[in-house]
Amino acid sequence: MTAASLRLALVGAPNTGKTSLFNSLTGSRQKVANYPGVTVERKSGGFVTPEGRSVTVLDLPGTYSLRGRSPDEEITRDIVLGRFDGEAVPDLVLCVADATNLRLTLRLVLELKRVGRPMMLVLNMIDIARRRGVTIDLERMSQELGLPIVTSVAVRKGGVDELLKRTDEFLARSHEASASEWTTPTIADLKAAQREADRIIATAVTLPTKPDTLTTRIDSVVLHPVWGLVILAVILFVMFQAVFTWAQPAMELLSDGFSALGQLIHDILPESWSLVQSFLQNGLISGVGSVIVFLPQIIIIFLFILLLEDFGYMARAAFLMDRIMGGAGLHGRAFIPLLSSFACAIPGIMATRVIDNKRDRLTTILIAPLMTCSARIPVYTLIISAFVPATTVWGFVNLQGLVMFGLYAAGITSALTVSAIAKFFLWRDHAPAPFMLELPDYKIPRLNSIAIGVFTRAKMFLYRAGTTILSMMVLIWFLASFPQAPAGAEGPAINYSFAAMIGHALEPLLRPIGFNWQIAVALIPGMAAREVAVAALGTVYSIEGGKEAADQIGQVLAQKWTLATALSLLVWYIFAPQCASTLAVIRRETGGAKWMVVTFIYMLVLAYAASFLTFNLAQALGLH
Amino acid sequence: MTGDPNPIQDNPRDIRLGHADRGFVGKIIRLDALVTGSSLSPQELEQRLVEMGFVEGARVEILHEGTIRRDPIAVRVDNITIALRRSEAMAVIVEMAVIVE
Ligand SMILES: Nc1nc2c(ncn2[C@@H]2O[C@H](COP(=O)(O)OP(=O)(O)OP(=O)(O)O)[C@@H](O)[C@H]2O)c(=O)[nH]1
Ligand SMILES: [Mg+2]
Repeated sequence: MTAASLRLALVGAPNTGKTSLFNSLTGSRQKVANYPGVTVERKSGGFVTPEGRSVTVLDLPGTYSLRGRSPDEEITRDIVLGRFDGEAVPDLVLCVADATNLRLTLRLVLELKRVGRPMMLVLNMIDIARRRGVTIDLERMSQELGLPIVTSVAVRKGGVDELLKRTDEFLARSHEASASEWTTPTIADLKAAQREADRIIATAVTLPTKPDTLTTRIDSVVLHPVWGLVILAVILFVMFQAVFTWAQPAMELLSDGFSALGQLIHDILPESWSLVQSFLQNGLISGVGSVIVFLPQIIIIFLFILLLEDFGYMARAAFLMDRIMGGAGLHGRAFIPLLSSFACAIPGIMATRVIDNKRDRLTTILIAPLMTCSARIPVYTLIISAFVPATTVWGFVNLQGLVMFGLYAAGITSALTVSAIAKFFLWRDHAPAPFMLELPDYKIPRLNSIAIGVFTRAKMFLYRAGTTILSMMVLIWFLASFPQAPAGAEGPAINYSFAAMIGHALEPLLRPIGFNWQIAVALIPGMAAREVAVAALGTVYSIEGGKEAADQIGQVLAQKWTLATALSLLVWYIFAPQCASTLAVIRRETGGAKWMVVTFIYMLVLAYAASFLTFNLAQALGLH
Repeated sequence: MTGDPNPIQDNPRDIRLGHADRGFVGKIIRLDALVTGSSLSPQELEQRLVEMGFVEGARVEILHEGTIRRDPIAVRVDNITIALRRSEAMAVIVEMAVIVE
């Protein structure tokens, strides 16, 4: 072994804290959450041990066995067996176990031993085990297993010191890997291994006489047949209301700040620099600013999702929704990927890797983009605040928040409907897939990790605003400003620009669904990312309308659009495939362009049809 | 149990976990995945159940039931909780615990 390239791999049952260990060893910020199946990729990182060995460590998806029954588990199997392309076998396998829940991991340890790699067992979450009064005779267990054992607390400062020390000791000696005897275990093998694991636990572990009942007590309410569903509905409802009401003050502050900044730049620059003035004020500040204003809402939605994930609620929600999802032909494990899609469809689509059945996974991938992702929030919010009065209904519900909730509900309903239809037409004979999921014990969310999570997401959002959105804005500003109006021309100058030409060319296509040429122009860059449409509308209308329009894009829309048009655009955004990155991920995860094209077309058709219906219905009802 | 396509005669106290109610406490006698409503092959279903810790002798308790047709169920298997559907739980033959006063 050369000192420069020691390779560790973190292997273990799901939710035992592998990623937490990886993060504290390498200082990374990979996603950690309290449900099985968080990590679905191989992640690599490096660190230097106290004695100065430089080490590469791999974080792997959790698995109950090396059988590899779903795409994420196959990654772990291939790495451990050295079958992964471009990845050498690990020099040391760190098998991570949850010290409060040893049964399943110990069986995996016994299976891993047959692979013959040098191995060490890490009993993680020893803090929880101690608190509950679980005592583990490490020496005895180490003897029985024939492996070195070390304890750790992945989430506490200094909690991996011993692991580092022991790793150094381990690596100082030379270890011969024996040849792999691993074969796919038969049922009899599994049972024998489980019996052996149970025997070892019986000799080395003393469980407390009074078991932890907190999780059971919380679950008796949260998983109650009636109250459970009510609580789930309330959580979602509060989440979407909060996105609206809590964020309002901060958003107004940001929005005022950007107008003031735009005005300031306008005033500082001499009149003769009108083109630069317009670029900075209309292109940059109105455009990018109109997206950054939504940062508070993005933070709130992520805060909710992260809290639910860390607390351990996600697996419960999957339990509660299983029959309902099954009715729509969805796999029980589809719920968590779909709920993550509320944040963004891309991690949601990645998370479908935990679904073992190919068809079930595909259905989930196809409908994930219909879940209301956070990039739709700016579009929805803009239109809602322009057209829906902020009145209170039923005494306590904010009407704007209610409409928002309705849009989320529409996204969920349409996703379930599409799934049911796909099942009916494409794979009618496909029997329902089983649902088996470990329900982890609840954990109190740690402030620190929530803060880091929210911060990372906020940074990503701002980064996008500064790159994709900014570059799109420059393009839009250019298209909307050139060619400039000829001298003595009538009407706003924008009418002579490229943007107007493109918009007018597209308008006939979009007129049946009530879109004007300005919307048509905004939809094209909106393909790069949904929120760009908001920024594009901001720029187009502020170039067209001058100073006052730059201030309050919402008020401009309220004047220029009919309610029918506004509703039609809202409905368009429920369905339309307005996100290039999502399409790219679908292509990658399904291994070809076919399903990407299918997704694009079905969403486009749905969007057009639904907007057409909405617009015409609204007009027939006289909503102007 | 009436209506069980694959009745278990050996012991009247043996039932399929999929038929048990909430609050049931018992011990796993064996796995029998031949006749269940599951879409998995018996072999695969048995393998998965074993991987989740459903092995002979383990103590099981049904902690929670779903809303629609009391499905799925949350089962305590020794000291972990597994959520699964009744159709898969049919493969688990359990013996009701003798309640000792
Ligand atoms: N109290 C305590 N909590 C821990 C410890 N290690 C991890 N956790 C928590 O356990 C949960 C699971 O941690 P992860 O690191 O995501 O587990 P994982 O093994 O990577 O899970 P998968 O990727 O799903 O296989 C998270 O809620 C962590 O905050 C620990 O040592 N002590
Ligand atoms: Mg992980």
